[in-house]
Amino acid sequence: MAGNSAEKWQGGLLGWIDARFPLSSMWYDPLARYYAPKNFNFWYFFGSLALLVLVMQIITGIWLTMNYKPDAELAFNSVEYIMRDVNWGWLIRYMHSTGASAFFVVIYLHMFRALLYGSFKKPRELIWIFGMIIYVCLMAEAFMGYLLPWGQMSYWGAQVIINLFGAIPFIGEGIAEWIRGDYVVADATLNRFFAFHVIAVPIVLLALVVMHLLALHEVGSNNPDGVEIKKNKGPDGNPVDGIPFHPYYTVKDIVGVIVFLIFFSIVVFFVPEMGGYFLEHNNFIPADPLKTPEHIAPLWYFTPFYAILRAVPSIGGSSFPGVLAMFLAILVLFFLPWLDRSPVKSIRYRGNLYKAWLALFVISFFILGWLGMEQPTALYTWIARICTVIYFAFFFLMPFYTKMDKTKPVPDRVTS
Amino acid sequence: MKKLVLTGMLLLAPALVFAAAGGVQLDKANIDPNNKQSLQRGAKLFVNYCLSCHSAELMRYERIGKDLDIEDQLVKEHLMFTGGKLGDLMTVATADDDAKAWFGTVPPDLTVIARARGVDWLYTYMRSFYRDDSKIIGVNNLVFPDVGMPHVLWELQGWQDPVVNSVKDHAGHTTKRVALELAEPGLLTPEKYDRAIRDLVNFLDYMGEPAKHDRRSLGVKVIMFLLLFLVVAYMLKRDYWKDVH
Repeated sequence: MAGNSAEKWQGGLLGWIDARFPLSSMWYDPLARYYAPKNFNFWYFFGSLALLVLVMQIITGIWLTMNYKPDAELAFNSVEYIMRDVNWGWLIRYMHSTGASAFFVVIYLHMFRALLYGSFKKPRELIWIFGMIIYVCLMAEAFMGYLLPWGQMSYWGAQVIINLFGAIPFIGEGIAEWIRGDYVVADATLNRFFAFHVIAVPIVLLALVVMHLLALHEVGSNNPDGVEIKKNKGPDGNPVDGIPFHPYYTVKDIVGVIVFLIFFSIVVFFVPEMGGYFLEHNNFIPADPLKTPEHIAPLWYFTPFYAILRAVPSIGGSSFPGVLAMFLAILVLFFLPWLDRSPVKSIRYRGNLYKAWLALFVISFFILGWLGMEQPTALYTWIARICTVIYFAFFFLMPFYTKMDKTKPVPDRVTS
Repeated sequence: MKKLVLTGMLLLAPALVFAAAGGVQLDKANIDPNNKQSLQRGAKLFVNYCLSCHSAELMRYERIGKDLDIEDQLVKEHLMFTGGKLGDLMTVATADDDAKAWFGTVPPDLTVIARARGVDWLYTYMRSFYRDDSKIIGVNNLVFPDVGMPHVLWELQGWQDPVVNSVKDHAGHTTKRVALELAEPGLLTPEKYDRAIRDLVNFLDYMGEPAKHDRRSLGVKVIMFLLLFLVVAYMLKRDYWKDVH
């Protein structure tokens, strides 16, 4: 088939198929003929790990769906039925619940890698934007999935988050009601969240992952030096600092996958609740619309944004400014490729200004994440406000400090 | 620098959590999930004292027998008072409306209560009932003020009365602490009562997640396999990467 194929004509079944369908090139082009920089470090494991977790969530999800009942009367008990009476049900459920948190751990590290090495910068803006849409979809997926066990935290967490839309002036109440399909979170909400969690969002996620990878393979991977390896090609037309993804990075990623699975198994088999961070204690109490829990906190991966929401003072009794700030905190990430004006990509050749801002940003993100789980006090609110200012300053001041920053000269080739 | 700040935050976290908890200090339950006899005693206490009002409707009698090494015949004789099949769920006959009229609220299902409340809370709660004439049911609880549940185990524990102590801390502030004192002894000594409650809480913990035992033993095997696989995979990687410079 393909005339430029370096592969020899193969007879037999594969040859017969290849003459009719690009089976071999579907394997070779994205893996064996994809040249990746040879200097990937620790931070480059998390892309393939995210794909692994996605596949794991889909497979465990399919098996959960076989026994779960999306019905306000039956949902809570059907989850416990899976935990007790379904063969290996407890393992499938814990893999899925731990997988949700693992997904965010991996994605946050994956995104941090981009901040370290400037992976979002030209020509990779679209990779970043597709990735950001994946992140937002993942938040929606996790949020809707968390309603399904129909425990107290599922119920009241959803109630609080949907009510945020109610804070939008004039049309807010209508939107909140439209999302819930009822005046409160109820059976109708559970059913539609199930539909979105199981079908709609996963399809969108898969499509976005394909686009994310297509865009990546179009421009090639960045690396810890931020050097474009395609600028330096050998006589064979391949980048001299590149190595074929397969077998080099497939065997390397297998090591990463196993290390990840070891940590994952420690949680699944020994601490599936992770001290209340992955499965909240209150969620073992069935949803009760008449009993509001004393303390409602979203799961850990949303808490930085929840803390920003609470940190912004309400105006005229409306929490809309906080809601706006929370959405803005996510939206601003989309603009990163254009906010960063530095001539270099990698932190290795950036100056101290960017390093200091990145450190401040990471610290305030952690503090916000922690504050989002705690009951607000006057002191905590002020800490949250300071961290919120730092969070936004990191982005809004970026065009200035990245331009002022003293950068080091970038080498022509990757360093080992 | 970043690491230093993070470490500092992590070190500070437990102190803050402790400060935030406040209220009643919970006693450690110190349960032993591997002690089958303790679990069996707990199951007996549960069906005798709890199961008449509280259901455990996500749990099957058969599973208890299987997991706690109790023969089918003994399960039927000692755990199932109203007959039925071994595979039945542990439901109760009390109608919700009746329960509401008697206790003001429907007694919660206890299948996963240990996962919601934690074993230390349950252990302390069951030992913190005291006489309080201002309440309709005549008792109150230190851990769960104005509780709707009567002291079902009074026969075993006896009756406790509250004693208010003033405690001076090193800064010179006095705080009032309520302690409980056994006023009328029950059938069991305080040590034996604590042990009985430990058995009961152990059973509740087991019932909250019957797969816990399997989970842990499978986990050890899975991680051993992964560690072995890691060695092989790392050697494979090193071999492939020999020609990358």
